[in-house]
Amino acid sequence: MDTAIILMSAAISAGTPLLFAVLGGILNEKVGVINLGTEGIMLIGAVTSCIVFLQTENLFLTFLAALLASAGLGLIHAFVCISLRANQIVSGLAITLFGTGFSAYLGKSVAGSALPVSVPKIELSWLEPIPFIGRVFGNLDIFSWLCIFVAIVMYFYMYKTSWGLHLKAVGDSPSTSDVMGVSVDGYRYFHVILGSMLMGLSGFYLIMVYSPNWIEGMTAGRGWIAIALIIFARWNPLYALACAYFFGGLDALGFRFQLLEVAIPSYFLKMIPYIATIIVLMFVGWKNRHKPPIEPKALGVPYFREQRF
Amino acid sequence: MKKVLGIFMILLLFMLAACSQGTTKTSESAKTEEKSEETTGEATETEEKELPKVAFVYIGVPGDGGWTYEHDQARKLVDETFGITSTTVENVPEGPDAERVIEELAQDHDIIFTTSFGYMDPTFNVAQKYPEVLFMHATGYKTAENMGTYQGRGYQPAYLAGIAAGMLSLNNKIGYVGAFPLPEVIYTINAFTLGAQSVNPDAEVSVVWSNTWFDPTTERQAAVSLLDQGVDVLANYQDSPAGIQAAAERGVWGMGNDSDMNEYAPETYVTNPILNWGPYYVDVVQSVIDETWKSEAVFYGFKEGMVELAPFGKNVPQEVQDAVEAKKKEIVDGTFDIFKGPIYDQAGNIKINDGETLADPDILSMNWFVKGVKGTIPAE
Repeated sequence: MDTAIILMSAAISAGTPLLFAVLGGILNEKVGVINLGTEGIMLIGAVTSCIVFLQTENLFLTFLAALLASAGLGLIHAFVCISLRANQIVSGLAITLFGTGFSAYLGKSVAGSALPVSVPKIELSWLEPIPFIGRVFGNLDIFSWLCIFVAIVMYFYMYKTSWGLHLKAVGDSPSTSDVMGVSVDGYRYFHVILGSMLMGLSGFYLIMVYSPNWIEGMTAGRGWIAIALIIFARWNPLYALACAYFFGGLDALGFRFQLLEVAIPSYFLKMIPYIATIIVLMFVGWKNRHKPPIEPKALGVPYFREQRF
Repeated sequence: MKKVLGIFMILLLFMLAACSQGTTKTSESAKTEEKSEETTGEATETEEKELPKVAFVYIGVPGDGGWTYEHDQARKLVDETFGITSTTVENVPEGPDAERVIEELAQDHDIIFTTSFGYMDPTFNVAQKYPEVLFMHATGYKTAENMGTYQGRGYQPAYLAGIAAGMLSLNNKIGYVGAFPLPEVIYTINAFTLGAQSVNPDAEVSVVWSNTWFDPTTERQAAVSLLDQGVDVLANYQDSPAGIQAAAERGVWGMGNDSDMNEYAPETYVTNPILNWGPYYVDVVQSVIDETWKSEAVFYGFKEGMVELAPFGKNVPQEVQDAVEAKKKEIVDGTFDIFKGPIYDQAGNIKINDGETLADPDILSMNWFVKGVKGTIPAE
């Protein structure tokens, strides 16, 4: 029982940065824009947080700064992909390359400085009597809660409101949406920027909660994992919640296996999350092989009103 | 029109990215190089000998607070001592890129320090091509006519850190996050364990491999897995302070490696081995100026000043500090040898016979854990 609680707590703290990035990615892809800039936006979010926090020591300002910086990158991606109708893959890769390099450049002066940050935790004493949940969720930091909250709100937004229907329409058939009077460009701009802000929060979480000092390239490929998890989660925010925690848990499991002194090489244990991803993807794909594909139909296709299909 | 603009924008982004990313030669040194080229004509008349041009190749950035930071401190000492401005290249990945970078440097430098294990083969290859340039490679085992190698006896301070850990641990459970199962890390963990057992025979050291030098999130995961097991002292052989920070959050004693990490966990920091390359680098450059340099494989310890113990954290009890200092003296004197038998491996088989000491080559190729270490070394 104790092991399960410990593992779940580790899964949440490792899964939260992934979850922020996955949710951001879902918002992007749902309106038909692929955003491969995740890794770069996360890094910019992290380095901005570090610099601003060292200057102000104010968590709220830092939070805003991370949002602002990532929104800026989101705006660039949106402008290039939506207004200029350029190739989304290339633009996304450029954002990642730019973010990786530029964050390293910005972070030069603050690299290695420890951040004296203490993130407030929410104690829920009324949860205490519930056996498993009480111990796991009774003492989470506010940003982990924020992440869960965002996932739930996104679910209702996407599936229970008319805006959510428009969102889906813009991603599936922009021309139809346009005819219906929905502003395709407006929806795309809004969600690409909003999604990028969530990616920036992922970087914010990494540096403020997870490992409080700036280190060049500290995301270490988590942005790419998040992109894979979007498909894994089938563009559903609640599935994303489960997937990110599952993936975080597998990540944590590897080290625990080492401690059991089982005769599995640690290199192999490190592959577990990735192997599990492939297996689950195969399983899900096989189960849904007779159903129509679930991804947004206009994914990666720039919308051009005069173009005939 | 819009398409053209789009392509242009993307190109611009790529260019910006290229400018700010990757290996950056410090412009400062480039400038002074130009200057020195202009002035060499006059300088040779007044000075008898020209000062050597020195270059350093780094695996990370000086701001990492660990490995590269210490090398960069040493570089600063060299620069100050000789009044030169050496060239540095940061973030050089181990592999083909390293060989290109080293070769470029070899064309207009006299001494090149390559400061990571993975630069060994690239350095060796370039050394063959440029026999008139001297190469110094850290922590490797290949040497050539014009290539030396050097390493610190990190196990000496690790033993002392182990003593501190053994005395501080109340439940005899000590955790250790190792980067990779390499001899360098293994002998450090062994010495650490022996140190802990010397004051606390029941102490056990649980080892987890992170399989990365530098990935704070993974290092933290590894640290947390040990903390969840209830260890009350946590040591890390890693380049980032993530593990120490994770330990501090739970009020657990923490230790790092390579450099003083007090600032990351002021309340719970103990101490850890640090590597001090400065004096050696100065010696090397001086011997080149004196034309007495010769290729050798250097393995220096406390006595030569290449390894040190970081200052104690403010909450470490005085008795612990005294015990460590006393032992340190014995090591410096040479009256105490760490890898002196009888020493048993994990299974209880004797590895070093009573009274025997381990020779340097055996230390440098160590691939077994001493008794009391809980963990496995992956088979090759």
